[in-house]
Amino acid sequence: MSDTQMADKDVLIDIFTRADLIMQSDIKFRKMIGAGQLQIVYYPVRGQEVVSAAMMAAVNQEDYLVTIYRGLHDQLAKGIPSKDLWAEFAGKMAGTCKGKGGPMHITHPETGVMVTTGIVGSGIPIANGLALASQLEKDNKVTVCCFGDGASNIGAFHEGLNMAQVWKLPVIFLCQNNLYSEHTPMAFATSSETIKQRGDGLGMRSVRVNGNDASEMYAAAKEAVEYARAGNGPTLIEAMTFRFHGHLLGDTGHYIPEAEMEQALKDDPMPILRQQLLDMQISEADIAAIEAKNKEIIDEAAQYALDAPYPPGDEYRIDVLDVEIAA
Amino acid sequence: MSTPETKDAPKEIMFAQACNMAMAKAMADDPKVILLGEDIADEQGGGVFKVTAGLSEQFGTDRVRSTPISEQAIVGAAVGSALVGYKPVAEIMLMNFITVAMDQIVNHAAKLRFMSGGQTSVPLTIRTTTGAGTGLGGQHSDMLEAWLAHVPGLKVVAASNPADAYGLLYSSIMDPNPVIFIENTPTYFTKGPAPAPDHVVPLGKASVPREGTDISLITYGRGVGASHAVAEKLAGEDISCEIVDLRTIAPFDEETVLKSVAKTKAAVVVHEAVKNFGTGAEISSRIHEELFSELKGPVGRVGSGYAPVPFSPAIEKAWMFSEEDIEREIRKILG
Ligand SMILES: Cc1ncc(C[n+]2csc(CCOP(=O)(O)OP(=O)(O)O)c2C)c(N)n1
Repeated sequence: MSDTQMADKDVLIDIFTRADLIMQSDIKFRKMIGAGQLQIVYYPVRGQEVVSAAMMAAVNQEDYLVTIYRGLHDQLAKGIPSKDLWAEFAGKMAGTCKGKGGPMHITHPETGVMVTTGIVGSGIPIANGLALASQLEKDNKVTVCCFGDGASNIGAFHEGLNMAQVWKLPVIFLCQNNLYSEHTPMAFATSSETIKQRGDGLGMRSVRVNGNDASEMYAAAKEAVEYARAGNGPTLIEAMTFRFHGHLLGDTGHYIPEAEMEQALKDDPMPILRQQLLDMQISEADIAAIEAKNKEIIDEAAQYALDAPYPPGDEYRIDVLDVEIAA
Repeated sequence: MSTPETKDAPKEIMFAQACNMAMAKAMADDPKVILLGEDIADEQGGGVFKVTAGLSEQFGTDRVRSTPISEQAIVGAAVGSALVGYKPVAEIMLMNFITVAMDQIVNHAAKLRFMSGGQTSVPLTIRTTTGAGTGLGGQHSDMLEAWLAHVPGLKVVAASNPADAYGLLYSSIMDPNPVIFIENTPTYFTKGPAPAPDHVVPLGKASVPREGTDISLITYGRGVGASHAVAEKLAGEDISCEIVDLRTIAPFDEETVLKSVAKTKAAVVVHEAVKNFGTGAEISSRIHEELFSELKGPVGRVGSGYAPVPFSPAIEKAWMFSEEDIEREIRKILG
């Protein structure tokens, strides 16, 4: 535990509830894909639950989110209903995007999830546009933009952060630093020691936190949100975390040194957060009730996704432009 | 610059002025219209070609924003604000710089409506200018419309005269889809009849500015002027050319094109861009698919040479499509 104050009970319960939903969903996705029940590309999020759960606990449903292919944790934490999300992952008509987006391209404006992109780093300039709209509207919304450490080597990162800082946009750049880009360790491809330094270099308020510590992550998130809402501009949060599986399902993670993985698993944020709840005199029964409820939600969502029908083939003619395109 | 509302509006206006007037009208009509681009506000000169001059004075720098040199960030900001109800007009100073923002255009602007299952849309306009013949060489003169027209979800527009520029740019800004609006730098200061303030040209509709019976010249942008010159010359020999000005390149007005060619039974597609894999290939192929057995000969294509735009005026001229090329192609088909 760092010297950050513990978040209060209700906040920690909220974060745990979101994080557990993410963890159980991730486990279930991997299980179902492994069993051949779903044939989809899947980017595991096990290990990164607390970063998004704490971040999204600090914003409102109306606030915007832009995220990436590895986005299940962000999307669930932001509040997309599991059924809609599962159905989209499965490519069904009942999904958030009628099966036309899929796991890498989730949009759900009702919960503020405006863009999920498969192009590394490219969400950053778009997040600026959402934040620009909020600045012009004076609607007091903030935009959270999630990406990995590898994205900080893309031009869009530098262009986007510079513009956000120059214009003082209400946006939070949340770098979920899991230390790997596909198979490449951060030090191999990133010139600076930290991502925070890059924000510093652009004159941006930048912080580096243990993203796996719910209280520390929440405090950083809350501060960044308040800073943005007050009109002071963006914050770059470099949240240190780890992914316990390969880049995508099927990748064994052979390039991660054994000792590093062992240590990471020892530092698994989920049992730590659970223990923190117990330490705060939240009863085992109460925690188990949260877990059981999440399990129920996920089981129902998974079954719903399996049972739902696929979109008709000629659905591709709709939504290309504002009018149906010719066959 | 005067807005179309002023009483002493000129009878003739320049192309650049028409674009300026269209933006002024759109901004006055809809507070959600905002402009983004390098040096576009008046303090930075009102755009390097002065196309946005006076607009920040009129509408403020919140709505007319000069940006850093960051093409991805400019288009990205336009995409993001468009997702939540704005109608941004992003200026990419020169069309070659669109290459730097291609990810935002191709992967995001063009696809977010589709990939979101219609939950969001991206009603943005990207204005850009280009054109050979100015001695700027390889990196400042390309016509890249075929790249963009090939991407489902984008509309691509090129006007050939000031009145159309005014009416088409206004429609582009108000269109619920992402639109690439291509202006031709060398013709910015050519004049044409001034449009009425409420003049609107719908997207996706070609015009037939010259009717004829022997052959159809299908073209857009700068090719329209060149085609008129050739048509005028050939009229003296009793060769009657019909001109179809596409105005919108994607989606192109197939109905008007096919109707014209069904009448003349012959066609040449004319454009400034490199001929290989250009829009002429698509249009010519469509005509062949529909009207093959009726044609006097294969559809001709006129475009520029398969090379980067050269610097030296002598080679630049040789590289570029010309009136002679159009004439030669017509004679080849009509025999
Ligand atoms: C522009 C671009 N280049 C390459 C890829 C292929 N790719 C997908 S994920 C990835 C690694 C990105 O790592 P990081 O940004 O650290 O995010 P993480 O997956 O670790 O969360 C790469 C190279 C891509 N999707 N987009």
